[in-house]
Amino acid sequence: MTVQAWTFTLVGLSFALYIGIAVWSRAHSTKEFYVAGAGVSPLANGMATAADWMSAASFISMAGIISFSGYDGSVYLMGWTGGYVLLALLLAPYLRKFGAYTVPDFVGDRYYSQTARIVAVVCAIFVSFTYVAGQMRGVGIVFSRFLEVPIELGVLIGMGIVFFYAVLGGMKGITYTQVAQYCVLIFAYLVPAIFLSLLITGNVIPQIGFGGMDQASGTFLLDRLNDLHRDLGFAAYTSGEKSTRDIFFITAALMAGTAGLPHVIIRFYTVPKVRDARLSVGYALVFIALLYTAAPAVAVFARTNLLNTVSEQPYSEMPEWFSTWEETGLISFDDLNGDGIIQYVGPRARDAAGAPIENELTIDRDIIVLANPEISGLPNWVIGLVAAGALAAALSTAAGLLLVVSSAVSHDLLKRSFKPDITERGELIAARVSAGLAVGVAGYLGINPPGFVAEVVAFAFGLAAASFFPAIIMGIFSKRMNREGAVLGMIAGITFTAAYIVYFKFINPSANTAEYWWFGISPEGIGTVGMMLNFAVALIVSRFTPPPPAHITDLVERIRVPRGSGEGHGISG
Amino acid sequence: MTLPPDRRPASSEAYWRKNLQYLAILMAVWFGISYGAGILFVEPLNRFRIPGTGFPLGFWFAQQGAIYVFVALIFAYVYLMNRLDREFGVDEDAE
Repeated sequence: MTVQAWTFTLVGLSFALYIGIAVWSRAHSTKEFYVAGAGVSPLANGMATAADWMSAASFISMAGIISFSGYDGSVYLMGWTGGYVLLALLLAPYLRKFGAYTVPDFVGDRYYSQTARIVAVVCAIFVSFTYVAGQMRGVGIVFSRFLEVPIELGVLIGMGIVFFYAVLGGMKGITYTQVAQYCVLIFAYLVPAIFLSLLITGNVIPQIGFGGMDQASGTFLLDRLNDLHRDLGFAAYTSGEKSTRDIFFITAALMAGTAGLPHVIIRFYTVPKVRDARLSVGYALVFIALLYTAAPAVAVFARTNLLNTVSEQPYSEMPEWFSTWEETGLISFDDLNGDGIIQYVGPRARDAAGAPIENELTIDRDIIVLANPEISGLPNWVIGLVAAGALAAALSTAAGLLLVVSSAVSHDLLKRSFKPDITERGELIAARVSAGLAVGVAGYLGINPPGFVAEVVAFAFGLAAASFFPAIIMGIFSKRMNREGAVLGMIAGITFTAAYIVYFKFINPSANTAEYWWFGISPEGIGTVGMMLNFAVALIVSRFTPPPPAHITDLVERIRVPRGSGEGHGISG
Repeated sequence: MTLPPDRRPASSEAYWRKNLQYLAILMAVWFGISYGAGILFVEPLNRFRIPGTGFPLGFWFAQQGAIYVFVALIFAYVYLMNRLDREFGVDEDAE
C-alpha cells in the first residue's frame, strides 16, 4: 500500500472510533456535560488528561524544537512535566474537594466576588482560544501534507469531528474520546521512535538508546552529534546557548502556567474522590512521561539523521521527501555559492581559510517529527500512523479547550452571573450552543490564523502563570487572602505580563534580544515575574483590607480535608 | 454544607501541619532536581557521565531524570497523604 492509502485507512479508522465513542457517551445533564458526572476512574482520567495536555505542539513541534536547540529545549521537557507536580501537590486535590464545574467557579466563590469571576472568565476564554487556533492549524497541516487536501478542507473535517463529540457528549464524550486518542497518539509516537533507536543505536528503548553507541561511527551518539555540531559551527548539542537565568525563568513560567491552565485543571473535577484526583495526576504524568522522555531521543536521532543526509551533499541527489517538503515551503534551499552542494551550517562555521561559510538551507522545525519516518526510510504504514497520531493529539486538545470556552459562557456567565434562574435544561442547551459556536470560531482561526499564533503561546502560559496559579494557590493555602488582594494581584500580574510580551513581540520586536530584556528575562519567561508580582501585591493588599467573611474561612477549612468530597458539585449547583 | 461531625479543630490543624511538612520536603526535591541539577548546576554536573553511556549527567537530569523524579514524587505524595488521611480519620472510605 502507498503512504497515502495507509494514511487514509488509519486516519479513517481512528475517526470512526471517535464518532462511535461519541454516540455511546452522550451527556444527559449539565453535570455530565461539564464534569462527566464526576464518575471517571483515575486511570481513564489520567489518560484523558495526557491526551488533553499533549497538543499538536507536544506531538509535532516539541521534538523538533529540541532537535534544533539541544539542551535549551529542556525548558519544555521540565516545564511541561514539572507543572504536574505542582498540580498534584498544590491544586488538584483541593479543587476536587471544592467540587466546582469550572476554574472561574472557584475564583468567584472563594473570593466572593463577581469581578474576580469575570476576570477569570476573560482569562480562561483568551487562553483557550489562543491555544485552540494552533491545534486547528496543526490539523490543517497534517491533512494537506499527508492526504493532499487543501488546508481549509482539512480544518473543516477536523471541526466536524470535534463538533460531533464535544457538542453531543460534552465532558463525558470528550473524556472517553481522549482515552482512545491517547492510545492512538502514544502508539504513533513510540513506534517510529523505537524503529529509529534500533536503526541507529541497536537499542530497543529510545530513552536509553540515545545515550548509547552510534552504530555507524562506533562512538557515543551524543559525542558524535556534539562533534558534528562543532564542525558545522552550531552550539554544542548538550550545552545550548540560552543564559542560565533565562532557562530558569522560562521553566518556572511553563511549570506554573501548566498548573494554571483551565483545561487541565477541570479534568480533575471529573473523578469521584479527592484521593482519585491525587492518583489521577500521577497516572497522567506517567502517560505524559512516556512521550516526553522519548521526545529528546527522537530529537537526537532526527538531528543526526538530518545532518548525515543533507550536509555537504549534492542538491540533485536529495531523496524524495526533500522535494515533497520543499513544495509545502517548510524546507527551502538557496544555493548561495552556486556549487550545487548543500551547506547547512551554524553561525560559527568557518572554512579552511577562516572565512565565514553561509548557511543555504532553512528547515522548519515542525517537520522533524512528521518527516522523520520518511527521512529514515521507515515503512509506509508508520508514516500513516504518525499522521493519525498528530491528528489525535490536535483534536483531543482542541476538544478540551472548547469545553472550557463553552462552560465559561453557559455556566460562569449565564448561570452564575447574568441569568441565575436558568433551568438545567436551558443551561445544557446553552452549553451545547456555545460549544458549537466555539468550534466555529476555532475553525475560523485555524483557516485564517492570526500571523502571531506562535507568539501568543507565550501569552497563554504567561497569563495562566500570572493569573490563575497564584489566585488558586493563595485561595487554598492562605485563609487570610481576601477579595481585594486576589483581584488586584491578578490584575497586576496579568497587566505586567501582557505589557511586557506585547512590547517585545508586537510593538518593538526589533528590541527582542537579551540586551534589552529586563535582567535578561525573555518574554517567554516573564510570566514568572508576573506570578511573583501577583503574589506580592495580593499579600500586601490583603493585609490592609478587611479579612474574608467567616463562611469563606470555613470553606477553606473544608477544602483542606478530603472527607465529604461526595458533597461537592452542590456548592455551585 | 455542614462540617463533618467528627472533625475536631485541633486534629484538623495537626493534619494540615503534617500535610505542609510533606509538601515542603517533596517540593524541595522537586526544586533540587529540576532547577538545581537540571539548570543551575548543569555545567559542573556535565563534567560527569552516567557510567557506560554517553549522557553528560546534567543534560541527562534536564532531559530525562527530572521527569522520572517528578513521577516518583507524585506517587510518594499519594502514598503519604492516603496514610495521613487514614491516621486522622479524614479519608473518604467511611463515607
